[in-house]
Amino acid sequence: MRAPSLGVEAVPQPLRRVMRKRIFWPLATLALLLLFSLATNPHFFAVTIRDGHLYGSLVDILNRASPLMIIAMGLTLVIATHGIDISVGAVVAISAAVAATLIGGELVLSGAHVPRFPLPVVVLGALAVATLFGMWNGVLVSLVGMQPIVATLILLVAGRGVAQLITSGQIITIYYSPYFLIGNGFVLGIPFSLFIVAAVLAVLAFLARRTALGLFIEAIGLNPIAARFTGIRARSITFWVYAVCGLCAGIAGLIVSSNVKSADGNNAGLLLELDAILAVVLGGTSLSGGRFTLLGSVVGALIIQTLTTTIYSVGVAPEVTLVVKALVVFVVSILQSDRVRNRIAALGQIGEAAP
Amino acid sequence: MSNLNAAVSARSAPAEAPPIAPALSGRAARFRVDARLLPLAVTLALFVLMFGAGSLLFDGFFSLQVFLNLFVDNAFLVVTAIGMTFVILSGGIDLSVGSVIALTTMLSATLLERHGVNPAAVIALALLLGASLGFVQGLVIQTFQIQPFIVTLAGMFLARGLCYLISIDSIAITNPFYTRVSALRFSLPFDTSISMNVVIALVVLAVAVYLAHYTRFGRTVYAIGGSEQSALLMGLPVARTKVLIYTLSGFCSALAGIAFTFYMLSGYGLHAMGMEMDAIAAAVVCGTLLTGGSGYVIGTLFGVLIFGTIQTLIMFQGSLSSWWTKIVIGLLTLVFCLFQKAFERGSARRSASR
Repeated sequence: MRAPSLGVEAVPQPLRRVMRKRIFWPLATLALLLLFSLATNPHFFAVTIRDGHLYGSLVDILNRASPLMIIAMGLTLVIATHGIDISVGAVVAISAAVAATLIGGELVLSGAHVPRFPLPVVVLGALAVATLFGMWNGVLVSLVGMQPIVATLILLVAGRGVAQLITSGQIITIYYSPYFLIGNGFVLGIPFSLFIVAAVLAVLAFLARRTALGLFIEAIGLNPIAARFTGIRARSITFWVYAVCGLCAGIAGLIVSSNVKSADGNNAGLLLELDAILAVVLGGTSLSGGRFTLLGSVVGALIIQTLTTTIYSVGVAPEVTLVVKALVVFVVSILQSDRVRNRIAALGQIGEAAP
Repeated sequence: MSNLNAAVSARSAPAEAPPIAPALSGRAARFRVDARLLPLAVTLALFVLMFGAGSLLFDGFFSLQVFLNLFVDNAFLVVTAIGMTFVILSGGIDLSVGSVIALTTMLSATLLERHGVNPAAVIALALLLGASLGFVQGLVIQTFQIQPFIVTLAGMFLARGLCYLISIDSIAITNPFYTRVSALRFSLPFDTSISMNVVIALVVLAVAVYLAHYTRFGRTVYAIGGSEQSALLMGLPVARTKVLIYTLSGFCSALAGIAFTFYMLSGYGLHAMGMEMDAIAAAVVCGTLLTGGSGYVIGTLFGVLIFGTIQTLIMFQGSLSSWWTKIVIGLLTLVFCLFQKAFERGSARRSASR
């Protein structure tokens, strides 16, 4: 139901400029937000080294935004195929629950805590379960042909139940300290979670930009039937995209559970799906599928976290974030709409024709 | 195009949704009518089956009061889900309903308790607020042609945020009018009773059935859901109807919020968390297609009743934990979606083979 696009994208010459623009606007928003934070708090940019670790608001923003960044990247691929995954929050809860259960929650007062399974098994187990749930979404969307929002709605509703089933309705506290490295640890003075973000970004960006996969995904998002006629295996690619999104949510679940040192089936990753969608949209990927930018989504996630941190530091009640987020979504989605874009494009053409 | 003609001529067969496939020859058409009613029949049968199973398994389950309590405990969900059904019938979605309910409870509580406003004025104001929120969302969706999903997502954030702007804590309501309405019970035969909320829900249901199947507005909703392009070409007031649909949904949510306030007697920003998903699932379970254009308002009632029955069954069973409700509801939604899918494919194959 997309209006015929007679925007700038059809013209090959300014293509590069538009490409740059896509990442330009999210970056500009982020810079503006950071400057605003700096105005309210002169020490905002200060980064100090304490105990050999980097400390400061910026490091804090990066560290706290890492689960959202990872989920937003997975979701970007899904949205690029003209799909949506609203179950990521539930998968975060499931992954956290599996990890916490595999570690086991008994508090040992004397001596080191011995987990039920070794750490690699814990991590791989949680990720495997999360990927399986992603595949489940993939099967429903690509093989059964269900609408993505319905297919993932099922997991959104049932997923929290599954997470509580795994933890038997308890909030499992994790006492196993090596596990804390994932969400709380530092390597070379930098938060470990940032290495994970970088690794996910590197792998996904390589697959999407150095192979033809990214092009295929965009083709599926723009016109699935045309994509199939050109010989793209649309079904299997769609399936794997959802599996990857589940995997990303699983990684985020590990970080979240490691950060808060517990797994709460009811509240872990609550409303995270909405933040992730917001991050993707802010990053410049259109919800109607097609062209996507992984880096943009990462920036989008950073915008959301900066917004939250800024609101905290200004001293306004943190709940106000929701109102601000709502207004941001309204403005951004109106700016992204075909109608406004076409008008801007028309204005630009008049401006170009004038001289 | 022909399905839209059928939509307009639905006056002759008011209780039926427009056919999904083009009009057919006599025998096939008769089959099609049955097939269209099939999801509704299955939902009804499932409800009877579940209630029957509960009656066999547990002592005291089979009673009129247990049945009526399904209404008492879920009246607000019925009201919201009905608003949602109209949105879904038109091919859209409204994610803001849960938070509009929370905002209504919050607004009512603060106006009643902290500012001493007259209850009648509070109710009028809450309904106006809900309807205007819906109106604005509809206007944005229609004017800028943005996906309803993202606009109502923003509406959801906005309404929840406004709750917290009023207060972060829960506000208890001690207003005499509200407490009296909350305790009010209408006696029915066999020592049973229903609450005010049930009356509200039933009135809304009756009005909604009339709106959907006996008015021009209802037929336009079905036509937009069938194909917005065709509805436009037919000269139907698509823009006005779409804005009205979201206004209606906002109004229903506010009304549900008032019912929820009577039920809980408190205002809280965390009330009705995730209820939008319950409402969507209720509509899907009763056979409303999320692509729009097919479904029944009355079916939504059975969708909600099935939820209530699952909850009651788990409560009677005792040893099963509450999270099983979520899993069972998820599975039920899945089964119904698969069922719809198979049905769609079947009808597609039939029309292709001719």
